[in-house]
Amino acid sequence: MTPHSNRQRAGAEFVAERENLRPQWEGEASTGHVLQPGELDLSHKVILYLEDITVSFDGFRALNKLSLAIDAGELRCIIGPNGAGKTTMMDVITGKTRPDEGSAFFGQTLDLTRMREPEIAHAGIGRKFQKPTVFEQHSVFENLELAMKADKRVRRSLFARLSSEEGDRIAAVLERIRLAGEADRQAGLLSHGQKQWLEIGMLLMQEPRLLLLDEPVAGMTDDETERTAELFVSLAGEHSLVVVEHDMAFVEALGGKVTVLHEGSVLAEGDLPTVQNDPRVIEVYLGR
Amino acid sequence: MRTPFTVRLFNSMPRAGWAALALFALFAWVWVPLAHLALPADHALHLSSYWVSLLGKILCYMVVAVAMDLIWGYAGILSLGHGLFFALGGYAFGMYLMRQIGRDGSYGAELPDFMVFLDWKELPWYWWGTDSFLWALLLVVAVPGLLAWVFGYFAFRSRIKGVYFAIITQALTYAAMLLFFRNETGFGGNNGFTDFKRILGHGITTPEMRVVLFALSAALLAGVLLLGRYLVTSRFGRVLAAIRDAESRVMFIGYNPLHYKLFVWTLSAVLCGLAGALYVPQVGIINPSEMSPANSIEIAVWVAVGGRGTLVGAVLGAGIVNLAKSWFTVSFPEYWPFFLGFLFIAVTLFLPNGVIGLWSTLRARLGARRPAPAAAEPPVQGAAAEPPAAESSRGAVA
Repeated sequence: MTPHSNRQRAGAEFVAERENLRPQWEGEASTGHVLQPGELDLSHKVILYLEDITVSFDGFRALNKLSLAIDAGELRCIIGPNGAGKTTMMDVITGKTRPDEGSAFFGQTLDLTRMREPEIAHAGIGRKFQKPTVFEQHSVFENLELAMKADKRVRRSLFARLSSEEGDRIAAVLERIRLAGEADRQAGLLSHGQKQWLEIGMLLMQEPRLLLLDEPVAGMTDDETERTAELFVSLAGEHSLVVVEHDMAFVEALGGKVTVLHEGSVLAEGDLPTVQNDPRVIEVYLGR
Repeated sequence: MRTPFTVRLFNSMPRAGWAALALFALFAWVWVPLAHLALPADHALHLSSYWVSLLGKILCYMVVAVAMDLIWGYAGILSLGHGLFFALGGYAFGMYLMRQIGRDGSYGAELPDFMVFLDWKELPWYWWGTDSFLWALLLVVAVPGLLAWVFGYFAFRSRIKGVYFAIITQALTYAAMLLFFRNETGFGGNNGFTDFKRILGHGITTPEMRVVLFALSAALLAGVLLLGRYLVTSRFGRVLAAIRDAESRVMFIGYNPLHYKLFVWTLSAVLCGLAGALYVPQVGIINPSEMSPANSIEIAVWVAVGGRGTLVGAVLGAGIVNLAKSWFTVSFPEYWPFFLGFLFIAVTLFLPNGVIGLWSTLRARLGARRPAPAAAEPPVQGAAAEPPAAESSRGAVA
């Protein structure tokens, strides 16, 4: 059996497990399907492919033939020392930085290197930056309302009324990010950790398929970190998550596959204990 | 079930707001007409024509202040050129008023006096249709609106903001003033338009016309306040405030700030134009000095004094500053500019939220002193570090 069909089988099991959540993944590659432009094609169960991505800034190779594949519904952690290229990788995926070489695909068909930032966001890739930026003057509820996936043109906003389904969606996200009790509170008055959650909630309101989270637990208390891990684990499956984090306890709590980046390419990949025992990883982190 | 639009509009404002509006309507549409027309001139409660015109003028200024507040207080765009849109509305209606003079001018000619003086034989093309009241009304809306749309489109598309935007608007109104000063422009040069005789065939200086113009100004103000209230409490208003606070974040969640800014900017200019059109017949003159940069700065001062980001604040600010101005310019005319400058500095330093902010602070303090159970919010971290300018921007007073 080739490794490829192996992966497909694993994917099929995965679909069976999750089909109540995402029935549109049922499309089988073997039966063939019509190409739908602009639609996310997950027929091979892989949501993100990066292949041989190279990005240079003034001769410095921030990314050096980086290859990475994220499965649909996966929760992946990216670790690596400073300057390993984690943020640059996020920039490439979201269209902020164009790679010099290599290809980046969202699903089977969407070429990220040819799409503009808003198109990528619209296609279903949401990104949380390191520093939380919420609308401080608005209430928690209003923050989520503004972020909600909806028609965002002026003439719709002028007459927009919150439908009961939309209200339910906001309530569900409030519950999920543990801010249900703070819905009417001004976002600027939240604690740092709560702002991080609100920001994650705003990301969820856009219903992204792939979430990129850059150091989501920076500045959080241990308790908040623990709860964030629970939140992410509960999001996996329904969404695909890529988490960049330094906090090893947090990475351990997430329990997913870990990718170690070093000098712009993948150094090691596997579950956390495997990666931690990899001599190359030990050398990069502890040597020198 | 969908709530009818009217019910939503009604619910968008607290009862106290409707009560205040009803009082205002009673004052403007009942008391002023009665006090001016019905009471004899020697009666203690008689309202002189000076006061009716002054109050009518201030109502127009209040509309401008609300228009300014919509873009500055809610969208964070400071315009120092709003006097231009006000003046353009005034000029557009002034053209109609000039045509209504007919042959009653000093030269007894069909053309307005200043054109006869320049020895022009016929009306320039852009005066076409200005003898029609409806065409004039269309110009009042279209000219400021179109200029604002075109200017705004290029400015916002280039992401010009903050002080740069303010300076460009200032330059715009200054350039327009120089243009209108020229006799060849065809708008009466530095004398502008004056000596109006009638509107729709009715004498412009009659007490009845004065009361009608006053009542219309009051209606415009009430309408603009209701519209503003609806806008700022809609999702549109929340997006606008979000653009003010974190524009790039708004873009990131999928809104195009250009369209939002352009809409509110154009609307604001149109409202200024309407106010200008009502202002001109009440003061009886329009000339390029209305476009002077200082005039536009004064509009910003009104809003700053009253309180940015609250509609009531803008109205109060325009009222306070202009009443003070008419008192000063009668009693100590030479000190008015100093007083205005002092007021601006004092408000910026001590009342960053304007009069409305002072009121909220006082009320909060009184509430805190009272031993009411949990009357005041517990002090929360970060609250002290908040810039005070933002505090009342979404207050209940709007």
